[in-house]
Amino acid sequence: MSPFLRDTLLVVTLRSFAILCGAIVLPIVGFLFLEAYPAIEKIGWVSFWRDRSWNPTEGAYNLMPMLWGSLFVTAGSVLVAIPLGIGSALFSQYYAPPILARLYRRLLEILAGIPSVIYGLWGLVVLVPLIWQIEPPGTSLLAGIVILTLMILPTIALSADASFSKVPFAYWQATTALAVTRWSAIWHVAFPVAKSGIFAGILLAIGRAIGETIAVLMVCGNVVEVPNSLFDPMRTLTANIALEMAYASEYHRSALFVSGLLLMAAIALLIFLAEIVNRRGIYE
Amino acid sequence: MRPLSTCMAIALGLGLLSCGNSTTEEKLVLTGSSTVAPLVSEIGKRFEEDRANVRVDVQTGGSSRGITDARDGIADLGMASRSLTSEESDLQTFTIAFDGIGIVLHQDNLISSLTKSQILEIYTGDIDNWQEVGGNNAEITVINKAEGRGTLEVFLDYLQIENSAIRADSIVGDNQQGIKTVAGNPNAIGYVSIGAAQESIDAGVPVRLAAIDGIEATLENVQAERYPLYRPLNLVSKDTPEGLTKTFIEFARSPEVRDIIEEQNFVPFSP
Repeated sequence: MSPFLRDTLLVVTLRSFAILCGAIVLPIVGFLFLEAYPAIEKIGWVSFWRDRSWNPTEGAYNLMPMLWGSLFVTAGSVLVAIPLGIGSALFSQYYAPPILARLYRRLLEILAGIPSVIYGLWGLVVLVPLIWQIEPPGTSLLAGIVILTLMILPTIALSADASFSKVPFAYWQATTALAVTRWSAIWHVAFPVAKSGIFAGILLAIGRAIGETIAVLMVCGNVVEVPNSLFDPMRTLTANIALEMAYASEYHRSALFVSGLLLMAAIALLIFLAEIVNRRGIYE
Repeated sequence: MRPLSTCMAIALGLGLLSCGNSTTEEKLVLTGSSTVAPLVSEIGKRFEEDRANVRVDVQTGGSSRGITDARDGIADLGMASRSLTSEESDLQTFTIAFDGIGIVLHQDNLISSLTKSQILEIYTGDIDNWQEVGGNNAEITVINKAEGRGTLEVFLDYLQIENSAIRADSIVGDNQQGIKTVAGNPNAIGYVSIGAAQESIDAGVPVRLAAIDGIEATLENVQAERYPLYRPLNLVSKDTPEGLTKTFIEFARSPEVRDIIEEQNFVPFSP
């Protein structure tokens, strides 16, 4: 094979890989639309946010409590995991003795590798009874936030840690030469350099949190109501699909695909927002 | 598109390999209820033992799917863990066993029996403290099943209410999740298949079954038709079964599989 041919072959291969990866989302969204269409046509868009409740077998299809549920539990866990993750990454990178930093990374990697069903089981058997002692019923928004925080913490912490470690050594030499304090160096030098990596980690974490299904299904209680407090049970869009899909038929089933569409819309909005932030100069 | 075509070639090759010797084989496909499926799987294994060229393929997906698949002819037989509704009367049902549904409480709960009206009032929120039915002064945590589940429909049918009338604190999917939730909350009440509950109790999970109107939730009481809350486990067929399908139904209802049914804590069908 001539070098020219080899090169052409490589380009063609890479191109088709890129097309495949980029286009994969389209048939999925198309399929969602196709399956959701009977419900949208028959029940109408308005029902999904105006019906009295979610009782598909009785013809009530309000999805809003579940959209709020998904947003609350995601926002809660991300807000807790960001300071925890970035703070611990700073510690391991700039303050911890190397042996401790290595141990910390290994432990986080293990945490990242635990399957979500294990988190869910642990949450149901250990965490929920603990919360129950503070305020019944235990299965609650709070339980969901705690479990999700544990699940996304490694993503944020490890990506922040990796980003900080890529700050060029020469920068540190310069700050030392200028006799800048360690915190000042971190805040004015390390953060600006590392921010795109940290941001990517946070985005991945949000995606994981909003899409997580089985763990939140096990600890959140799944009652279809907008929670009034951290101790109230609630249901996410993903849990709604997982709980009912296997047992649903006709419009009920189709309405569950509308849950899926709503979830896709929420994620698309998220990416759109990230794109706006990005334009303000996170990625150079 | 070279990689794509390679992938397809591999997929095709695998497909050909896997169906290479299926020409002489007779296949029976059953889909539906996740309660009935494990039972039918075991029955299917025994059915295959004496018939070298028969394969019984069991897939789960809920009673509703079983009924839809049987009607559409996707499956030879559907499996349903409830009686058919009036809209489903175009299908034929064959009961192979009965399953009692038990009220589960935490081991530390003092209540041993509840009346039907107490259960109704607890689930509709009129009673929200165990004190009102003779227990401790503690708020009741009501556990309900997710919409569309067979157990839920039998339960609603028994209480003669709609699901929207229930004031639940927690909604669970399968029996195991229900049992674990009760085990973690001494003030909870839930309902699951007696078979599943008995298995957990035997395994040391801190839950127990409450009697209804003084009748203990035991398989004997279900069998004697004394216990009020139970459901049939059905095989569903579109047409009058013939050939292999007919043989399988007869086999599943025969004394030959009685031990399998009892082993799974169900009550065998007795004609």
